[in-house]
Amino acid sequence: MKEINELVLPEDYKYTAEHEWVKKDGDTLQIGITDYAQDQLGDIVFVEFPEIGDSFDKDETFGTLESVKAVSDLFLPVGGEIVEINEALEDEPELLNSDPNGAWIVKIKPSDESEFDSLMSKEAYLNQLKG
Amino acid sequence: MNDNIVAKGIVQDESLLWEKGKKGKEGFSVPKNDVGSFEVDSDLLGEGPDFPDLSEVEVVRHYTRLSQWNFGLDTGMYPLGSCTMKYNPKTNERQASLPGFAGSHPLLAEELSQGALELIYNLEQHLCEVTGMDAISLQPAAGAHGELAGMLIFHAYHQKKGAQRNKILIPDTAHGTNPASAALCGYKSIPVPSNEDGILDPKTVAELMDEDTAGIMITNPNTLGLFEDNILEINKIVHDKGGLVYADGANMNAVMGIVQMGKIGVDVMHLNLHKTFSTPHGGGGPGSGPVCVTKELEKFLPVPRVEKQGDKFILVDNRPDSIGKLHAFYGNFSILIRAYSYILTMGKDLKKVSQYAVLSANYIKEKLRGDFHIPYDRPCMHECIVNDKLQEENHVSTLDIAKRLMDYGFHPPTIYFPLVVSGAMMIEPTETESKEDIDKLIEVLKIIAKESKENPDMLKESPKFCRMRRLDETTAARKPCLTG
Repeated sequence: MKEINELVLPEDYKYTAEHEWVKKDGDTLQIGITDYAQDQLGDIVFVEFPEIGDSFDKDETFGTLESVKAVSDLFLPVGGEIVEINEALEDEPELLNSDPNGAWIVKIKPSDESEFDSLMSKEAYLNQLKG
Repeated sequence: MNDNIVAKGIVQDESLLWEKGKKGKEGFSVPKNDVGSFEVDSDLLGEGPDFPDLSEVEVVRHYTRLSQWNFGLDTGMYPLGSCTMKYNPKTNERQASLPGFAGSHPLLAEELSQGALELIYNLEQHLCEVTGMDAISLQPAAGAHGELAGMLIFHAYHQKKGAQRNKILIPDTAHGTNPASAALCGYKSIPVPSNEDGILDPKTVAELMDEDTAGIMITNPNTLGLFEDNILEINKIVHDKGGLVYADGANMNAVMGIVQMGKIGVDVMHLNLHKTFSTPHGGGGPGSGPVCVTKELEKFLPVPRVEKQGDKFILVDNRPDSIGKLHAFYGNFSILIRAYSYILTMGKDLKKVSQYAVLSANYIKEKLRGDFHIPYDRPCMHECIVNDKLQEENHVSTLDIAKRLMDYGFHPPTIYFPLVVSGAMMIEPTETESKEDIDKLIEVLKIIAKESKENPDMLKESPKFCRMRRLDETTAARKPCLTG
């Protein structure tokens, strides 16, 4: 297990209490899981994706992650429509462990931009982890 | 290391039968052919299966060796939390193999199956007595099947009332199968967070319960091994909004003869005969998950029902509100015989079963205090939860502890469940373990706690003494090899 000061958390990402990150990518948002989440889950062995075109509300479950320890739900940090899924993770779910900040899971078109702005900064997320 | 707790001995390696076979070896003699030969249509002919040729002793040793790799209740303690891996008394097997039962056929006429029908009828009555519910169907083949039956009954109830509902409340301390059973029936499961004491807060339930919600599925005691103290209030909140209460009875071993589920407002529940009632558990079944209901919901139970008419037992199909048939014939009948045998053997001591199960778990929890962290520190029911928080500084995890336990001859407890506890170890000793064996488990866990400080690297490499060392679970899951 990593110590909190060992975690790599990019400054320009937004974070959630459910240990997901959100990154702006043009007019879409990338969603991934944080370094802390992948470290806690252990080796991730399977990602269950939503369908492209599916729409979800904020905090709704949009997929699941299966690790050697457990199956965990993925919650959409910002409501919107799924426009792309990261197909590379179908064959190589281990990318979520080796490169958590690069391995986005889905890209969404947000229905309400303000939901993005209300997410946590790196500092707020770190404070929650130290909580 | 204490000599009398170390597992040791000869374990034979064994290759696949296909690798051992050699043309010309024989395991049995075919009797002399005493009927004439007959031409078979060539369409029906083809290559035979590729069976290896082996001698009798090779076949016997093959399966005996494989059986020695197995670990079961007849081998040792199996403290798998929420699974109630209690010993299966041999008298159950004896009763189930009585010729009248073992040779019976489900297509025999009612008048020739009176004994079997009587057993079904009586077992239902006994289980009603134990649970405080009014009526039971023994059809469901396992716990999750019983849950599905329960959800179908919820659905049929709301249908009959004239307004369907689409959500079910499921606490985060419920059994993992509950949301799946609800989803299979078309319900959306709404998670209910437990409070800091590890149980449900009536306020949280009240906030989530509405008129689109069909009811709640509660595991009580929950998967933290804690009794839901607010159960009466919660059940009232659900009923006041027109919902039903489902109790997952997988943890019934904690409360037999102590909690009358029917009296505390439970409308539907299931039992696991392969947990609480000592029928074989694991290995793919067969299991048995009877579904129990209140008088009001009896009409929805699966058909056929076994009823008593005078001195005779009959099968009744004519129940228009029934959710239908859930299993071929009447469930896994041979398992029902074993459970009936257990209930008759134990009699009123079934209450003591629960008392001892709870005592054993609390004893373990108290003895482990100081060596392992106790995340919810209050009296537990039939299982206790500790975690790896105190071992974290030495980078020893729950997985390492579980693997090391095998070196000492114990099946590990349930690990990493429930999800609300990080690194959970969920220990359920059951009432069938003696104090001496429970003390051995405690001693071994204390040794492992010590090893984690003094020699953490060794724990990372455990198990050391098992036939197989640490398996690569990640590759097994990512790239499964499904052929021999």
